[in-house]
Amino acid sequence: MNPLSLLFHFGKFVDWQRQIYRRPENIRMYYKELVRQMYDIGLGSLPIIFLISIFLGAVTVTQFYYQMDGQFIPNSFIGYIVRDMMIIELSPTFSCIILAGKVGSNMAAEIGGMRQKEHIDAMDIMGVNTSAYLVMPKVLAAFMMIPLLVTVSAFIGIAGGYLASVPVGLFTHNDYVTGLRLFFEPHNIFIMFVKAATFAIILTSVSCYQGYFVKGGSIELGEASTRAVVYSIILILVADYIIALILT
Amino acid sequence: MIRAENIRKSFGDQEVLKGISFTFEAGKTNLIIGRSGAGKTVLLKILVGLFAPSSGRVWYDDRDFSSLSKQQVRELRMEVGMLFQGNALFDSMTIEENIRFPMDMFTKMSFLEKQSRVNEVLERVSMEGINKKFPSEISGGMQKRVGIARSIVLNPKYLFCDEPNSGLDPKTSITIDELISNITDDNNITTIINTHDMNSVMEIGENICLLHEGKLAWQGNKDQVLQSDNEELHNFIFASPFLQKLVDRVGAKNI
Ligand SMILES: Nc1ncnc2c1ncn2[C@@H]1O[C@H](COP(=O)(O)OP(=O)(O)OP(=O)(O)O)[C@@H](O)[C@H]1O
Ligand SMILES: [Mg+2]
Repeated sequence: MNPLSLLFHFGKFVDWQRQIYRRPENIRMYYKELVRQMYDIGLGSLPIIFLISIFLGAVTVTQFYYQMDGQFIPNSFIGYIVRDMMIIELSPTFSCIILAGKVGSNMAAEIGGMRQKEHIDAMDIMGVNTSAYLVMPKVLAAFMMIPLLVTVSAFIGIAGGYLASVPVGLFTHNDYVTGLRLFFEPHNIFIMFVKAATFAIILTSVSCYQGYFVKGGSIELGEASTRAVVYSIILILVADYIIALILT
Repeated sequence: MIRAENIRKSFGDQEVLKGISFTFEAGKTNLIIGRSGAGKTVLLKILVGLFAPSSGRVWYDDRDFSSLSKQQVRELRMEVGMLFQGNALFDSMTIEENIRFPMDMFTKMSFLEKQSRVNEVLERVSMEGINKKFPSEISGGMQKRVGIARSIVLNPKYLFCDEPNSGLDPKTSITIDELISNITDDNNITTIINTHDMNSVMEIGENICLLHEGKLAWQGNKDQVLQSDNEELHNFIFASPFLQKLVDRVGAKNI
């Protein structure tokens, strides 16, 4: 990827955003699409978010316990560490990286397929603002659903940490619960929501861009779908760092 | 009326259209004909605005297409219907949903009104009763008709058809031609058809534009075709060896 073409795509991407956020031709059609997307993104991603979050919590607890073993740190600190790790970093970032793979590639393939089969041209000729109709409901749906998914992920992660420690006998129920209540900082929840919402916008916009401007055939469609995931993840991590700098 | 004014189009250093000027008349079936690779599809896509010309203008009656804003283009397009070469039916929607889509998007009609309009246009293309099927469940010819139904559902003023009868048997192809021609007459719309089918030329060619190597080689109507001495036209029309022999024997004007 040479810098010049990177710059070109960035410019095109920014310019394209102005076509997306326009007044819908027909609110009901956009609303219908929004509901479909919310359902797909929200319910469709719950199982995978559930699964990864359990393990994220479990691994965090197990490894911190190992790392701190023999040091003069109370066991309850582990509950505190898991809670904040999940809320500030693991839930938003990990979930969105997973969602870039699941939701992002799906969106790129869906829109790209429509482009290749001339469906987008057909809608253009009907007079539909295809950038708006195909992209806005997706970004909006992700903006609303992904923060919810991330919240769920944080809870499940903390539960996963519990399951991996208390029944196994690493420490007691009381240790863990005391830890969860230690040094609670509401600002961290704010950071989590900012991250989740930002990553949601990044991963959907980038993926839709890759699909909308796809050329060629099935090989290019595959490549676009891969690019959607790779660029989304890179940009999510960059944004993660920037948010961390600003908000902590 | 749609007017092309000195349209040029290049892809890289290949100049595909070398200055085409032509008036496509209202209430007539206007045909763009020419050999494969002559630039018919490119010209049609420039006329509907899917490609931008390298130079030249396209006029929709008194509107200059290139001077319209994106919003004005979208408004103009509510008056445009197009049948794509590959039909471009939305494959995750039923036939009914496909035809209803433009109405859903742009009108405030009630569900029942839309439903009855769907049935009306399906009847118009002799495809009643397939409302609930998906595009993949009907044949190519049926998809063409549904494509036509979808493109006329909002009563367009301008109708574009890219090779409406490619891949169809001669009989079906004639019915499709007649259908498009009747719709044009009934609603007095400007219809532009892209074809290399000789039968279409002789049946519905009310205003014909022959492209050859990116230039306008001949223009006229179906009655003038056989009277013309134009060499490119003859090469195109009498391309089949059988017809060529016939022409050699009796002369084109006597056919
Ligand atoms: N998107 C494009 N990029 C580059 N060249 C193109 C493009 N589209 C068309 N061409 C070139 O323009 C020329 C005319 O193509 P066009 O598709 O208009 O032919 P046509 O008259 O429609 O032929 P057919 O009857 O086979 O459909 C061809 O030489 C083609 O290579
Ligand atoms: Mg063509």
